[in-house]
Amino acid sequence: MDLALPHFVLLSAFLFAVGVACLLTKRNAIGLLMGVELVLNAGNLNLVAAARYWPDFRLEGQAFAVLVIVLAAAEAAVALAIFLHLYNTHATVNVDDANDLRS
Amino acid sequence: MAAVLFAIVAGLTAASAVGVLVHRGVVRSALSLLFTLVGVALCYFLLGAEFLGAAQLIVYVGGTLVLVAFGGMLTEAGPFAGPRVPAVGWVVGGGVAVGLFALLASASLHLARPPATPDGPLPGVAALGLGFLGVTADPADRAFLFPFEIVSVHLLVVLVGAAYLARAKGKVRAPGAK
Repeated sequence: MDLALPHFVLLSAFLFAVGVACLLTKRNAIGLLMGVELVLNAGNLNLVAAARYWPDFRLEGQAFAVLVIVLAAAEAAVALAIFLHLYNTHATVNVDDANDLRS
Repeated sequence: MAAVLFAIVAGLTAASAVGVLVHRGVVRSALSLLFTLVGVALCYFLLGAEFLGAAQLIVYVGGTLVLVAFGGMLTEAGPFAGPRVPAVGWVVGGGVAVGLFALLASASLHLARPPATPDGPLPGVAALGLGFLGVTADPADRAFLFPFEIVSVHLLVVLVGAAYLARAKGKVRAPGAK
């Protein structure tokens, strides 16, 4: 059996569902960030699989996957800055207790 | 051969993704996330996108994950001290996730077939770099200069904002203070 597009799309769907479950169940802000990383990786896997199996996406899929990787890194940097600020002012990273960013 | 390799890699990726979900401690979740990200990078290699696999390893595993692990260690109150998830949270989150996966899986099994799987390797680093710079040998090729500019400016703004947000603690004043 040869590999085809649905194999990778199925794996990506599983990663996406697990990421969404992470976002819904975790109350730790860092845990939420990991859920977002899972969701973004799922999207990226779809882009690269499309680049491999669709003739029109050979360059596009890869280019936008690179852009998504850059955006994910930037998003992690800002989110961690916010969480460290929250921890400095509130001594917690539980998102249920995070109502403001002032001490 | 490739199918066996993909089965192993996909199993590793999926299992460690579930590990991210079920571990309560941040550091253990981060360790599971490491295996997930490496598994996705291996999938890129399987797909023939070597540059993306390398970028995934360098940027995600080497950068983002270390940042997340540091953040977790800096903010964790103690070992296994993460907030306990209530049972209703597992029911709602698990239900939504299972429903979403069923929907996406059934949709992906009914995807339109690609007209013909193209042979030959994917465009490599040279084609990608020239595309990002807007230089293409053939005018019919696509260029990505505009998204590249947007991402560059976005990265600059984000880094300035992150440095501002994470600045020294003493600068923060209480609401009523002069």
